[in-house]
Amino acid sequence: MVAVIDVQDVSKSFKIHHERHQSLKERLLHPRSGSTEMFQALRDVSFSVGQGETVGIVGHNGSGKSTLLKCICGVLKPTSGEIRLRGSLAALLELGAGFQTELSGRDNVYLYGAMLGFSRKMVDAIFDDVVAFSEIEQFIDTQVKFYSSGMYVRLAFAVAVNVDPDILVVDEVLAVGDERFQAKCVDRIQRFKEEGRTILFVTHNADQVRALCDRAVVLDSGDMIADGPTQDSLRIFREHLMEDAVEHDAAHLLGTIQIESVTTPEGSFDVKSGSSLHLDVTVTSQSAYSGNFVMELFTRTGLLVSRSDAQGSPVNLVPGRNHVTVDLAQIPLLDGIYDLNVGVLDHHGHTVIAWSEKAASIQVTYDGREGGLVELGATITQR
Amino acid sequence: MSQAPSVGQGHRSLEDTPVRVVSARPVLSTRLKTLWSRRELLIGLISSDIRIKYKNSTLGIFWSMLAPAFTLGVYYMVFAFFLKNGIPNFVIYLFSGLVVWNMFQNSINTATGVIVDRAALVKKVSFPREILALSNVGAAVVYFVVQMVVLVIFVAAVGHAPAWRFLLILPISFLSLYFFTSALAMVMSAVNVYLRDMKHLMEVLLQLWFWLTPVVYSYEHSIAPHLSRHGLSLLYFINPITLIVVTFQRVFYVNTIVHSTVAPYPLINILPTWSFDKFLELNVALFAITVVLFFVAEAIFGRLEGNFESEL
Repeated sequence: MVAVIDVQDVSKSFKIHHERHQSLKERLLHPRSGSTEMFQALRDVSFSVGQGETVGIVGHNGSGKSTLLKCICGVLKPTSGEIRLRGSLAALLELGAGFQTELSGRDNVYLYGAMLGFSRKMVDAIFDDVVAFSEIEQFIDTQVKFYSSGMYVRLAFAVAVNVDPDILVVDEVLAVGDERFQAKCVDRIQRFKEEGRTILFVTHNADQVRALCDRAVVLDSGDMIADGPTQDSLRIFREHLMEDAVEHDAAHLLGTIQIESVTTPEGSFDVKSGSSLHLDVTVTSQSAYSGNFVMELFTRTGLLVSRSDAQGSPVNLVPGRNHVTVDLAQIPLLDGIYDLNVGVLDHHGHTVIAWSEKAASIQVTYDGREGGLVELGATITQR
Repeated sequence: MSQAPSVGQGHRSLEDTPVRVVSARPVLSTRLKTLWSRRELLIGLISSDIRIKYKNSTLGIFWSMLAPAFTLGVYYMVFAFFLKNGIPNFVIYLFSGLVVWNMFQNSINTATGVIVDRAALVKKVSFPREILALSNVGAAVVYFVVQMVVLVIFVAAVGHAPAWRFLLILPISFLSLYFFTSALAMVMSAVNVYLRDMKHLMEVLLQLWFWLTPVVYSYEHSIAPHLSRHGLSLLYFINPITLIVVTFQRVFYVNTIVHSTVAPYPLINILPTWSFDKFLELNVALFAITVVLFFVAEAIFGRLEGNFESEL
């Protein structure tokens, strides 16, 4: 496989001005003052993405993921190291930043295309697709300044995904337009994936990564802490979030609470579709703690089937062994293996205190006629 | 999905596509190559610049011709009837220098603030940033061409033949003007990111610069005769715009020494009496220097652009 994006030892540091002296007078009067501090946003990050891969870059705010993305797109230059790219790249960063509000939508499509590095001829060829995708046919010759913000973003998105890029870089922009348009965007990205194009997807939303990516790179305050299959990387990401609790009130709790085991009274996790399941979770704690309890169920393809927590009724852990039960009254799932995650969170649900990824795998057997993920009990008759 | 897929299944292999490198300090040749590969964006920016300027005006782009024609007409009236300085056809002399100066001044005035003005774009979209400054120069070139057309029409209308032989030098002179203006525009646009006063300072400096350039006054009133008396005639060309202006004037105004139209009709040394060869030689030398300056400016810009993000 050809490496399409090759990031080699990339570091980026920013100068932070505590007091800005940008006018000549101030520079002359205070030649040395205005303390500056170096901030290291990325530290020796290296990874490479092969053609056709869909890779997620995860990290919480300030982890350097957006900086890395900007370096890859060429908006920022790394302080050291280099990035080698093959093929054309279209970035869905801040959509519509290149628009000239005084010009018509048509002119802007061409100008934006040129900014992304595509020739007039190429834009000519896809112009109708862009207009159709953005759904603003009757306004295409209107000045962009009269567009609604939704129209604005839709047009920009339409250009970026239709210019036929080899690499698509997506930065948490899927919250574009109404729900129908969002679905269209996700659909488009899925098709990109199927076509064997390379996609780099940046987010702090683990669910989106699970759904779209084969591989994930995890960044934490400028360091790359994981690079591997999505499930493994996300586990490391989660564990790191726990370590981050050190900086919060929960610092003293870290490691004091652990999920020891998840069992069923029958001893097996094989269930029949439609039946109930009773889970016993053993949690050991060194001190008393009151928090929230969460369980998640995923398909093997990384699709979140269900997430629920002990809403309103916190679990009160006492020192020693605690038993938490999770009752699933009826499992409407069809054939398949589903992975279970359980964890203890603080009251606000912000900080993970204890987490067990893939604590158990539930095997569901189904002998009915329906296909897909869930049984709806559908009957089809003619009146 | 309403639209047909624009590409089929199975994307092209990228094995043979060239590698692009994003690094801390790209070498100058890479920068120039990238710049050249993005010329279509430059053209797009220039045309959008011009279109925005004349958007919503009924006469549109015609204004770019009407305005200089009107200026020329006003000068003609003023110097023919009110400010009689004795120089025949003075308005041709004045306008041929002014066309050059306008191109220079327009470029620098607009380009100095351009990176700061378009910070939103610079922080979000990847393209060679100097293209923004170059697009301002490009727009000024378009207006320059329009003004040249007005000048040529005027010269033809009053039946004033240009110096045909010297016309050969004009393209070289224009290229020097282009490269020098571009170089200064790039450097100023980058410096202005760090020192925001630059924009205002340049506006003032350009006024001074204008009076240091022989646009409104004749050669004999310039500093050149004093310099040559001390054997320092080369100093006259410290200001690169001078030679360009003088070349344009030589082509369109033609006469170097004229009789005043005002009694007692003294001789006026309006332009230097250099030979064709000397004009050519000086212009070729200036051209070479401005090309080097352009490369230097590109290198300086490359150094300065690394920290744009934290300054904008």
